[in-house]
Amino acid sequence: MKLTADLFMKHGKCIPLSFLPTGKKARVRELTSNGISRRRMLDLGLIWDTEVEALQKSPSGDPVAYLIRGAVIALRSEEASKIMVEAV
Amino acid sequence: MGLTYQSTGSSVLGNILHIERSSSDQKIIALAGNPNVGKSTVFNSLTGMRQHTGNWPGKTVSIAQGSFSHKGADFILVDIPGTYSLMANSAEEDVACDFICFGDPDAVIVVADATCLERNLNLVLQTLEVTCNVVVCVNLIDEARRKKINIDLEKLSHRLGVPVAGTNARSGKGLDKLMDEVWAVTHEKAGCTPLRIQYHEAVETATSLLEPALNSVLKNRMNARWVALKLLEGEKNLIESINSYLGHDLLAQEKVSVSYQKAREILQDAGISSELFRDIIVSGIVRKAEEICRGVVTFEKPDYNKRDHKIDGILTSRIYGIPIMIALLGVIFWITITGANYPSSLLADGLFWVEDQLTALFVSIEAPAWLHGLLVTGMYRTLAWVVSVMLPPMAIFFPLFTLLEDLGYLPRVAFNLDNFFKKACAHGKQALTMCMGFGCNAAGVVGCRIIDSPRERLIAIITNNFVPCNGRFPTLIAIITMFFAGMLTGPSQTIISTLILTGVIVLGVVTTLLISRILSKTILKGLPSSFTLELPPYRKPQVGRIIVRSLLDRTLFVLGRAVVVAAPAGLIIWGMANIHVGGLSLLSHCAGFLDPFARLIGMDGYILMAFILGFPANEIVIPLIIMSYMATGSMMEFDSLSQLHQLLVANGWTWLTAMCVMLFSLMHWPCSTTCLTIRKETQSWKWTLVSFLVPTVTGILVCFIVANGARLLGLA
Repeated sequence: MKLTADLFMKHGKCIPLSFLPTGKKARVRELTSNGISRRRMLDLGLIWDTEVEALQKSPSGDPVAYLIRGAVIALRSEEASKIMVEAV
Repeated sequence: MGLTYQSTGSSVLGNILHIERSSSDQKIIALAGNPNVGKSTVFNSLTGMRQHTGNWPGKTVSIAQGSFSHKGADFILVDIPGTYSLMANSAEEDVACDFICFGDPDAVIVVADATCLERNLNLVLQTLEVTCNVVVCVNLIDEARRKKINIDLEKLSHRLGVPVAGTNARSGKGLDKLMDEVWAVTHEKAGCTPLRIQYHEAVETATSLLEPALNSVLKNRMNARWVALKLLEGEKNLIESINSYLGHDLLAQEKVSVSYQKAREILQDAGISSELFRDIIVSGIVRKAEEICRGVVTFEKPDYNKRDHKIDGILTSRIYGIPIMIALLGVIFWITITGANYPSSLLADGLFWVEDQLTALFVSIEAPAWLHGLLVTGMYRTLAWVVSVMLPPMAIFFPLFTLLEDLGYLPRVAFNLDNFFKKACAHGKQALTMCMGFGCNAAGVVGCRIIDSPRERLIAIITNNFVPCNGRFPTLIAIITMFFAGMLTGPSQTIISTLILTGVIVLGVVTTLLISRILSKTILKGLPSSFTLELPPYRKPQVGRIIVRSLLDRTLFVLGRAVVVAAPAGLIIWGMANIHVGGLSLLSHCAGFLDPFARLIGMDGYILMAFILGFPANEIVIPLIIMSYMATGSMMEFDSLSQLHQLLVANGWTWLTAMCVMLFSLMHWPCSTTCLTIRKETQSWKWTLVSFLVPTVTGILVCFIVANGARLLGLA
């Protein structure tokens, strides 16, 4: 395993997870958050190439429920916008 | 055992890690696991205890302990809060992490969710780095089977290098095997070889450089590899905890600090910062979990969660989400109100029949009138009112609410309401603590531990009282049925009652949001912090168990407390009504003193006094009001609850009085238990005072505005 590049490879077609339409899947490319927020994302298993599916918006559109490694996790847009993903 | 939580200085909770053994043979077993994997159910099944269970993450917020025996050996089982990781992020995760790492358990049972094994392995693998005395309990195995998820437990055990037991804790299945394994781990000194994760080359080189030096210092007290990884990761709090556990500063040891410097250089040369170091560790663990599951877990139906997602699609949809939520609340209230009516009057009839018999008895033995007054008219009658008015709604509402909790609906409530909380600059999980408040505000306040930002936690604590607890619910229901519904007849009566009650609760939620926002803009300034909310799979609730448990454990407990408070309060009221000073009873004096102020906020002196005397338990407010009115002698004997309406009207109640009493019941000081809990949780009298004043001042203001507004407009 090489370092940064392999863990969180920057990619041309990345979008923030908060932009992913519901029902679509994407793969994690980079986490732009730091500190506790970053650790929390990592704890969810959001590492490079993890598949995430946007399942369901809450009544007001934010937060959104995502399917992450078999668990349904709701993230506010502030968090989701710091997860760069590549749609699959 | 040594270390206590205080000595680490890292805790806001003040839990103590030290577990008392009753004999030196007793083994201490930590029960760890991700949130919401059925840890408390495993705990209850093994110990025969009754920790409250529910289908939402974060329910167990403190350490509970119980004991069990197996094969003639005694064990103490310690239930610790659920955590996704041992790299703690929040106060409640700190508790879990500290207990596993520094609580010196003889073994750790890590409970994992069979329906979501891969993610749960994260914690298993992290625990294996700390200790090799681990037994993995793969729980909810039946649910996994229903979802056509197959798990090869033997292969899993082989790959992890530690024993694995598949269980279904609800039915008790597999628990024998689990206990066998725990017994073996703690009694047979067979060396186990748990799996070791290979991280990035540079990390491995640096770690193995540091390990020997640590080994000579640690002398088997801790796992050297784990300590090496943590030192290099550089998480200050954890290193402090390690140092205080050992009783000396590791890096002050020359041997260690020399190797530490070398290890640091290796990492530096490889370009690994501490942020990247952690990324490497976490990624390594996640990848390992993935690798382990390959071939161990097989899905016959890849879309096994489709049904849940469909249900969520409706329950949290843009159009139906919030209406369904309010409707569900309404249905619960409707069932409670309708269902409570009949047993209430039945109980009243029965209990007042007993009062007549008691009176007859007192007359027959020619007891003095004051004794009869004190014991029967004072104490017994108050008790009778508390039981007949309060018990039925509590006994119906609580199981219904627990049902929703067991189903897994509460996290959906939090999901639906989150945006409102965000706008109020509060934490999304405040919705969960608010829901807990419906059961008991003190429990809600303790539940606020799931909120890790201190600012948002305080907001949640201060505003928790704006949802009526199980003790105030019946107060609201009693006023609604006695007063508003009493003015109507026919089936529309319960519908109207339900609508009014739902309105009051929605008002409570709106107030919570408003006050949270005001607090966020004034004394508790700040922005909402990051959080993640898990929406667990829906689970079939255990209906029978819920009814029995919520009746026995909660309703009777709460009622017991109310009775304990009601008896002396009844005595006081009777005494005050019968001791005359200057031609007026003490009761009238006090009520008269409170009256001018009470009138300003739409009530009267007797009502306000009942609220004040109800400080130890809100359940007794209505019974006290009734008692005071009756003691003033303005009313005859009772034979049915519907006559209470007449009693209230005879004492000058209008719809406005009823409205203000309901509003004040919704918004006034927390009960004494809640106040003490707030003091304990915040460790501060100042915040306890704030929590006392905020709802009280809000209530006074709201009642003042409503009362005088209505009077000005000529409505009342």
